[in-house]
Amino acid sequence: MSINDFLAILPVLVVLVTGVLVMVADVFLPEGRKGIAALLSGLGLAAGLGAALAAVPSTGTAFAGMVVADGFSLFLDALFAAVGLVGIGLAYDYFKRMRLQRGEYYTLLLFSIGGMMLMGHANDLVMFFLALELLSIPLYILSGFFRARLASQEAALKYFLLGAFSSGFVLYGIAMVFGGTASINLEGIVAAVRDGSANLTFLLVGAALLVVGFAFKVSAVPFHAWTPDVYEGAPSPLTGFMSSATKAAGFAALIRLLLVVFPALGENLAPVVSGLAALTMIAGNLIALVQTNIKRLLAYSSIAHAGYLLIGLVAVNSSAAGDAVAAMLFYLVGYAIANLGAWSVVVAAEQAEGRGLELEDYSGLGRKYPWLGVAMLVFMLSFIGVPLTLGFWGKLYLFRVALESGLFGLAVIGIAASLVSAYYYLRVVVYMFFRDGEGVARRDVWLNLIAIGSAAAVVLMALVPGDLLQVAAQAVLRVP
Amino acid sequence: MTAETLFPLVPWVVLIPLAGILINLLAGRALGERGVGLVASLAALGSFAVSVLLAVGLAQQPEGQSLLLARWMSIGSLNVDWAFRVDTLSVTMMLVVSGVGTLIHIYSIGYMHDDTRHNGDPARFRRFFLYLNLFIAAMMVLVSADNYLMMFVGWEGVGLCSYLLIGFWFEKGEAGLGNARAAKKAFVVNRIGDLGFLIAMFTMFWAFGSLSFGEVLPRAAEAAPAVLLAITLFFLLAVTGKSAQLPLFTWLPDAMAGPTPVSALIHAATMVTAGVYLVARSLPIFAAAPAAQSAVLWVGALTALFAATIAVAQTDIKRVLAFSTISQLGFMVAAVGMGAVVAGMFHLITHAFFKALLFLGAGSVILGMERGHERHAQAHDGHHGGFDPQDMRFMGGLRSRMPVTFWVYLIGGLALAGVAPLSGFFSKDEILAAAEQVSPAVFVVLLIAALLTAFYVARQLALVFFGQGRSEAARAATESSPVITVPLGILAALAAVGGALNLPGSHLLGDWLHHTVEPLVEAGFNPLTAGIALVIALAGLGLGWLLYGRSPLTRAEEPDPLAVRLKGLFTWLRRKWYVDEIYNALFVTPYTRLSQMLAGPVDQGLIDGVVNGAGGMARLLGNLGRSLQNGYVRSYALIMLVGVALIFTFLLAR
Amino acid sequence: MLEQWMYIGIFMVVAMMLPSIAIIIAGLLSPRRPNPIKNSTYECGIETVGPGWPQFRVQYYIFGLVFLIFDVETVFLFPWAVAYNRLGLFAAVEAALFIAILAGGLIYAWKKGALRWL
Repeated sequence: MSINDFLAILPVLVVLVTGVLVMVADVFLPEGRKGIAALLSGLGLAAGLGAALAAVPSTGTAFAGMVVADGFSLFLDALFAAVGLVGIGLAYDYFKRMRLQRGEYYTLLLFSIGGMMLMGHANDLVMFFLALELLSIPLYILSGFFRARLASQEAALKYFLLGAFSSGFVLYGIAMVFGGTASINLEGIVAAVRDGSANLTFLLVGAALLVVGFAFKVSAVPFHAWTPDVYEGAPSPLTGFMSSATKAAGFAALIRLLLVVFPALGENLAPVVSGLAALTMIAGNLIALVQTNIKRLLAYSSIAHAGYLLIGLVAVNSSAAGDAVAAMLFYLVGYAIANLGAWSVVVAAEQAEGRGLELEDYSGLGRKYPWLGVAMLVFMLSFIGVPLTLGFWGKLYLFRVALESGLFGLAVIGIAASLVSAYYYLRVVVYMFFRDGEGVARRDVWLNLIAIGSAAAVVLMALVPGDLLQVAAQAVLRVP
Repeated sequence: MTAETLFPLVPWVVLIPLAGILINLLAGRALGERGVGLVASLAALGSFAVSVLLAVGLAQQPEGQSLLLARWMSIGSLNVDWAFRVDTLSVTMMLVVSGVGTLIHIYSIGYMHDDTRHNGDPARFRRFFLYLNLFIAAMMVLVSADNYLMMFVGWEGVGLCSYLLIGFWFEKGEAGLGNARAAKKAFVVNRIGDLGFLIAMFTMFWAFGSLSFGEVLPRAAEAAPAVLLAITLFFLLAVTGKSAQLPLFTWLPDAMAGPTPVSALIHAATMVTAGVYLVARSLPIFAAAPAAQSAVLWVGALTALFAATIAVAQTDIKRVLAFSTISQLGFMVAAVGMGAVVAGMFHLITHAFFKALLFLGAGSVILGMERGHERHAQAHDGHHGGFDPQDMRFMGGLRSRMPVTFWVYLIGGLALAGVAPLSGFFSKDEILAAAEQVSPAVFVVLLIAALLTAFYVARQLALVFFGQGRSEAARAATESSPVITVPLGILAALAAVGGALNLPGSHLLGDWLHHTVEPLVEAGFNPLTAGIALVIALAGLGLGWLLYGRSPLTRAEEPDPLAVRLKGLFTWLRRKWYVDEIYNALFVTPYTRLSQMLAGPVDQGLIDGVVNGAGGMARLLGNLGRSLQNGYVRSYALIMLVGVALIFTFLLAR
Repeated sequence: MLEQWMYIGIFMVVAMMLPSIAIIIAGLLSPRRPNPIKNSTYECGIETVGPGWPQFRVQYYIFGLVFLIFDVETVFLFPWAVAYNRLGLFAAVEAALFIAILAGGLIYAWKKGALRWL
C-alpha cells in the first residue's frame, strides 16, 4: 500500500474527510449559523470536483486491485460532486424555510456522495457492496429527515426495508459469483471465464441477482415500487439530488459489471436487461400519465428515464459498447441537469407542511414568475426530447446506439414512450401558463440561479452536443 | 495586429448582439428607454467594429479563413460544426448589416419613442430593441456561416425576427387583425421558400456527403447535372421566398405593417438580400448548372420589371418603396444569376444605403404627418377622423415644412433612379452593362424597369414634397428631431458617394471580392451603356415631373393624373395585377377548405376518436399500474420477488 | 446446462434444509421438562418485571450503538496491536487515522448529549 493508492481515490477521500469534518464542526456551530456547515460542505465538494478534473486517468488498479481510477470513474466523480453542489444549493434555503436547519443533512449528503464516487471506482464485488451501503444508508436516514412528518418517516422506513431486501440480492449474487468463479475481483472473474474454470451457471445466477440489486437502485420496473412513495415523502431537495445522482451511481455499477460478464453471458443476460428496459419505459410513462402530484410525477419520470438508459445498457452487449457507454454518460449528464432544474422549481413552489405540491397548485405560476416558468418549460421539453434541448441529443445518441446494435424493438418502444411522455410533461406547462390560479413560489437567489442556470445549460449545451459526446467518449473504462 | 489575431474575433459579431439582448432582458426595466436604446445601439456598433477589424485582417490576408467554434453534431457521416467563414464576401455582408444596422438602431431610439406613444403602449419600446438585436445576431449567423446548415439557422432566425417585427403591433391594423395577418403571410410564404432550402440541403448532402462550403463548392462540378439542377432550382425557390421574387414576392408589401425602421433594416437593406448572398456564395454550383442560371436571371429580370409597374400606381408611401425594393432585388438577382457577382453585390451595398435612407425618410415623413395631425386635432378640439399618415394623397408641400427630410429624401430618390454621380447610377450601370453582354432581351427588360423606377421616384417626390398640403396634417407637419435626422444625414452621404466603392477604373470592390468569388461575367464600364442608362433615368424623371410636378394636385380626392391617362390599366397596376387575388383563389381558398374538411370530420371525428381511444387505453393501463402502488411494503417486496422469479424462470427456460 | 441448474436447486434446498433440520432435531431430541423458571424470558439473569413488551427509552439504543462502535474498534485494533512490530510506520498512521475518525464520532455523540443519561 502506498501513497499512490490514496491518490487514486483522492476525490472520494476529499469528500469523505469533509463529511467527517462537517460532522465535528457542526456540533460547535451555534443555532442559526448552520449555513457555515453548508458552506464547508460546498467547499469540500468543490475541492473534490477539482481533484476529479485534475486527476489523470490511470489504467492500473489500486489497493491490491480493489479500486480503479480510470476515465469513467473520474467522469462520474466530477458528475457526483457537481450534482452534490447543486443539491446543497437546493437544500440551504429550503431547510431554513422549513425550520429544520441541521448540519447533519450536509454530513450525510457528503457520505452518500462519497459512496457514489466509490461505486464508480469499485473493481471488486466487495467494494461494490461497500459503496452501495455507504451511499444508501445516509439516504435512508435523510429520507426521514422531517422527523415530525409522518410521510417522511414512512418514506425512510420503506426505503430502508426494501433497500435492505435488495442489498440481500446483491450479497447473494456476490456469493453465487464467488461460487462460480472462485473470485470476487473483476479481474479474477474475467480470468476464470477465460481459462474455462468458471461455472457459468453459477456466474449467470450471481450476475442476474446483482442486476436485480442494482436495478432496484436505478428504479427499474418491477423493482421500482419504492420510488414514488420515497420521492414523495422525502424532503424535496433530497429527492432532487437522489433522483439525479443515485441513478448515475446505479448505472455506473451496472455498466462495469455487465462489461465484465456480458462476453460470457450476453446471450442469456441481455434479454433480461432488454425486458427490464421495455417494461420500465412502458410502465414508467403510462403510470406517470395519471399522476396529479408533481413529486410523484417526477418520480415516475425518473423511472421512465431509467428505462431509456437501460437500452444503452443492453447495447453494451455489442460491438458498439464504447458508443453505448458514452451515450449513457451523455444522457446521465443531460438528465441530471434538467432534473435538478425541475426539482429547483418544485422546491421553490413547495409550501410549509408539504403543501404546494399538487399540479393544481402550479396554476398560473408561470405567468407570475416568468423565469421559473420558462425554465420549467425548458426542462419539460428536454425530458420529452424536443430538438434544441440537451434531452433531444441524449435520446438521439441512445437510440442511435440501439439501432447500431440491432435493438430495433427497444428503439421503437423508446420513441413511442417519449411521445406518450409529452402528454404529462406538457400538462405541467399547461398548468403553469394556461390556468388561472393563486400559485406562489419562493424567490430565493440560489433556487433561481439553479433553475435559470440549468435551463441555460440545457439550451446552450445543446448547441455543442458533439463536443460533449467527445468528452463522454474519452471517459474510457478500464476493461479487466 | 495581424490576420491571425484578428480572425478569431469573428464569433463576437454574433455574441455582442446576444450580449445586448441579455443585458436588456435582465436589466432593461432598470435602464429605462434611453439605456435600452443605448445598449442595443452599442451592441450593433460593437458588431460593426468587429466587422471592421475583420476587414483590416482581410486586407493583410485576403484569402480569409474558416474558424471552428465547436462541434455541433456528428451523426453517422453527417458532420456539422459551428464554424465561421471569414472572407471578403462574408465580411462585406457583415459590414453592410452591422453598419446600416447601427444607424437604424440609433434612428429607432427616436422613432420608437414617438411610435410607441402614438400606438399607446410605451412598454413595448424594450421589446422592439430586443427583437432588433436578435435580428442582427441572426443575420450575422447567416452571413458568417461556414456551412449551409448554420446558414439555414440564420436564415430561419431572420425569418422569425421578421415575423415578430411585422406583427410588432399585432393587435392593430384592419379589424384588429391586419398586422397579425401580414406577419402570418410573411411567415407562411417564407416557409415555402425555406422548404426549398431544406430540400436543396438534403440533396446536397446526398450528392456531396457534406454541407460545408469548403468541401462542397470546390467539388461542385463533380455532381451529376440533374442533381445540380435540383439543388440550384430548390435554392432558387428559397431565394424567391426570402428575397421576394416572382412568384413568392407577395409578402413583402404587406410586411410594411411593421414599424418603419424594420422596413428599412429587414425588408429593404439586409434580410431580403440574403437570397442574393446565397446565390453569390453558391456561385460555383450555379455555374455548373447553366439552365438554373438562366432561370435565376429571368426570375430576377421579370421581377424587376413586374414590381416596377406596380410601384407606379401605389398611393401608400411605404408600399411604393416596398415594390421598389422588390424591383431592385430583381436587379440584384438577375446580376448574380448572370454570374456578375461583383455588380450584384455592389448594387446590394448601394441599395442598402439609399433604400434604408428612403425608408427612414418615409418614417420621418410619417412621424411629421402624425405630429401635424395631433397639433391640428388639439387646435380643433380632438377631431380624430379616419386618417392615414402614410397616404401620399394627403401629403404635399412637405418640402418647406420638413426641409432636412426633403433634401435627404431627394438624394435617396435620385440615387434610386440612377442619376449620376450618385451611388445607384454606378451600381445599376454595372448590372446593365453585364446584361448587355449576356442577353439583349434581359438588357431591354431591365432598361424598361429602370425607366419606370425613375418615373415612380419623380411621382413620389412630387406627391409628397411639392405642391401644397392636401390635408390639415400635412399643413401642420413639423421636422423630426436630430436623433432621426442625423442618421438620415449619414445615410444620405453614403448614398451619394457609395459609388466610389467600385468606380470605373478603380474596381475597389471588384478586386476585394475576387479573392473569394470569381465572377463569370466581368462587367466593365461601357460609356455607351452608361449614357443610355442616364438618359433613361432622366427621361423617367422628366416624364414623372411632367405628369405630377408641373401642375400639382390640390385636393386629396382629385384623381391620379396617370389614372386619367391609363384608365383600366391603372386599376390593374394599383391592385398589383390581382396577384394576391389569384393566389387566394388558386391556393389559399382551396387549402382553407381542405383544412376545414380535415379539421372537422377527419380530425375531430376520426383522428380524435383514435387518439382519445388510445389515450383512454393508456390511462386505463396507468390506473392499473397505480393500483399496484398501494403503499404497503409487503406488496412492494412481493412485486420485487415476482420480478426475480420471472427472471429466473426465463433463465431456466432458455 | 440443466444439470448445472440442478446444482443450484440442490444448493438452495440444502441451504433451506440445514437450519430447519437443526431446529427440528433439537425439538425432537431434547428432553421436555418445563417449569415456570425455565419458561420465563431470559434477561441478564434478572427476573422479568411487568409485561413482555415494554417501551424502552430511545437512549438505550443510542448507548447500545455507541458501545458497539467502540467494541468494534477494539476488535480491529487488537490484531493490529499484536502484529504491531512487523507492520511499521504506515500501519501506525493508518491506525491513528482510524482512531481519529472514531474520535470524530465520539465528539459528535458527546456534544449531542448522547452520553448523558437523562
